[in-house]
Amino acid sequence: MAGRLSPIKIRALLIGPAAAVIGIFVVIPLLLMAWISIQGRDYSGGVIWGELSGEAYLRMIFERELDDSLSVNLNYIMIVLRSVWLSLLTTVISLLVGFPTALFMATRTPKWKAILVFMVTLPFWTNLLVRNYAWILLLRDHGAINGTLSWLGIISEPLPLLHTQLAVAIGLTYSFLPFMVLPIYASLEKMDLRLVESAFDLYATRFMTLRRIIIPLAIPGIVAGCILVFVPSLGAYVTPELLGGGKTLMIGNLIGLQFGAARNWPFGAALGILLLALVMISLTFYALKLKKTGGDTK
Amino acid sequence: MSKKYVKVSHLALSVGLFTASFSGSALAAGELHLYNWSNYFPPSLLELYEKETGTKVTIDSYASEDDLLAKLQAGGGGYDVIFPGASTLGVMVEKGMLANAGINKMENFNNLLAPFQTIAGDENREYSAPYMWGTTGFTYDPASVPGNSLEESWKEVFEPRAELKGKIAMLNEMIDVWNSAAYYKGIDKCTEDPAEAQQILDLLLAQKPDVKLYSSEGTIDRMIAGEVPLHMQWNGAAHRVKAKKPDVVYVYPKEGTSFWVDNMAIPKDSPNIDEAKAFINWMMRPDIAAEASNYTGYSNAVKGSGEFLKEELKADPAVNTPESYGDRLRAYKACSPKSKDLREKVWTKLKS
Repeated sequence: MAGRLSPIKIRALLIGPAAAVIGIFVVIPLLLMAWISIQGRDYSGGVIWGELSGEAYLRMIFERELDDSLSVNLNYIMIVLRSVWLSLLTTVISLLVGFPTALFMATRTPKWKAILVFMVTLPFWTNLLVRNYAWILLLRDHGAINGTLSWLGIISEPLPLLHTQLAVAIGLTYSFLPFMVLPIYASLEKMDLRLVESAFDLYATRFMTLRRIIIPLAIPGIVAGCILVFVPSLGAYVTPELLGGGKTLMIGNLIGLQFGAARNWPFGAALGILLLALVMISLTFYALKLKKTGGDTK
Repeated sequence: MSKKYVKVSHLALSVGLFTASFSGSALAAGELHLYNWSNYFPPSLLELYEKETGTKVTIDSYASEDDLLAKLQAGGGGYDVIFPGASTLGVMVEKGMLANAGINKMENFNNLLAPFQTIAGDENREYSAPYMWGTTGFTYDPASVPGNSLEESWKEVFEPRAELKGKIAMLNEMIDVWNSAAYYKGIDKCTEDPAEAQQILDLLLAQKPDVKLYSSEGTIDRMIAGEVPLHMQWNGAAHRVKAKKPDVVYVYPKEGTSFWVDNMAIPKDSPNIDEAKAFINWMMRPDIAAEASNYTGYSNAVKGSGEFLKEELKADPAVNTPESYGDRLRAYKACSPKSKDLREKVWTKLKS
C-alpha cells in the first residue's frame, strides 16, 4: 500500500487546480500583455518579438518631432482623464439611484424581496449591445422620449439627448446599476431593523437615522458596489461607441483603435497596463478608505 | 473596408444560418468553411453550390476585419475561404498567410473586369479574386437640404452650409475620413508631410462642431428615420436607404471617391484547398456573382453579370456606377509607416 501523502503534499494538490486556473486565465495573459507592451511595433499588426522598446510608454506623454526630439503631447492623458471623470460620474449616479432602490427592496416582505431581486437581474438576460441599442431608440431625436415630449407639446424641437456625454453616462449607469444595487441590498438585507426602531425611540429624525444607522451599516455594500461600477465603466467600449456619437474617445475605444485600424499593438498593450494600474490605484484607495471608516467586510 | 451597418439582428441570423447549414443534405463529397462578414453572403448560393457539387459549405462570420486578421495570425479557424479587404489582403500576402492559389490561371478569371484583375498587394492576382466592391461617398435627403440639391463635392460635408451645420453624420472610420479629407484638400492620401497632415487636421477640427456624430453603425436606419439629412456612407448602404426613401441621392464627390474591394482568398493552412479553389472559380461565374450582388446590394467585378441583376440594382446609380464617374474613383494605396503614423495622430487629436 502506498504511503499516505504528507499534509504539505495534500495541500499543494488541493490548491493546485485553483492556482492553475488563476495562472492560465489571469497571470499568463497579463504577463503576455506586459511583454507585448515593451516589444517593437510591427506596422501591419502584431509585434516584432524580441526587439525591446519603451516607445509605447513614451508615446503616452511625448510625441516624436521630425528631428526625433520629444515634445509633450497631452492628448492621450486627456482621454484617460475623461474616462476617469465619466466613470466617477457613473458611479455617483448609480449610487444615488441604487441606494434608495436597495433600501426599498431590503425593507419589503420576503416574497416581494425575491421578486424585486429577480427584476433587478432581469436585464442581464439580454446582451449588452442590445440594451444599448434600446437606449438609442429611447434617446434619439424622433425616439420615445422626444416623441412623447413633443406630443405633449412640452417641446417643439427635439432635445439633443443622444450622442452626448450625458447619454454615455446614462448608458453606463443603466448597464452597471445592478452591480450597485445588489451588494448594497445584500448588506441592508442583513440589517437588524430593531436598530432603526431604537433610533426612532431615541428621537432621531429620519435623516439622522439614515445618516448614523443605515448608511454606516451599508458601507461594505456601498464600497463593493462603487468598485463594481467604477471598474467596468473605466474600460467601457460599446456604450461610448454607440451612445457617445464617436466625437470623443474613452480609453476603451482608444485601446480598440490601437489593435484595430491604427495597428499599434505595443501601444494598445501599454494602455491596457495603464488601465490596470488605474484600477489598482482606485481599489487601493477604496481599501484604505474602508479601513479608515471601520467598515465590516464580513 | 467594413460593412458595419450590419445590425445585431443579423448576428442572430447568421448563427441560424450556421446551424442550418449543418442540418443540410449529407451527400458531402467534401467540405468548405467560409469566413465572412455577417449578412454578406447569400444563403441561396450556399445551397446551390452544395446542389451542384455535393460540397457542403458552412459559413462563420466576423464583426471586423481586425478580428479576421487576429484569428488568422493566432493560427486558428480552419477556414478555407476568407473575404479580406485590400489593406488586410496586403498584410496577409506580405506575411505569407495565404495559399498561392493561382487565381489568375483559373478558367473564369477572364470574366473579371480589367481594373479588378489587379490589386495593390496582390498585383498579379495569384492569391485573391474580387468578391464585391463599393465606394465611400455621401448620401443626402433632398427634402431636408436647402434648395433640394447639393453639389457633388466633399465641400458639402467638410464645410457644410449653415442650414446643415450640426446635422452631419460621418463614418467613424479613421482611414475613410482621412482619405476623403485628403481628396478635398488635394493632398496625397499617403502623405508623409506633417504640414499637410496639419491641414487635414485643421479641416476636420473645424468640421467637428458641425458633425452630429461619428458612427459606422446603423447608418441606414439613421437616414431612413430622418435623424440626419446628410451621411457619409458606403454605396451599398445608400442603396438600402433608397428601398425605404427612394428620393435620397448618393454622391460620388468630384474631388475623389474611394473605392474598396473585398476579396476572396485561401488561408495557407486551409484544410480543403482544392474545394476552395473550385469555389472561387465558381464565384466568378456571371450568374453567381450577380446573385451575390442581388443579396448584398454591392457591385461585383464580373463581366456579363449585369443581365442577371435585379432591376432596382441596375437602375440605381449608387450601385451601378455611371461610366462618367470613372475618373472620380480612387483605388486603395498602401501607405508608408510614417504616413500611417501621421494619420493615427490626426485621428487621435481629432477625438481627444
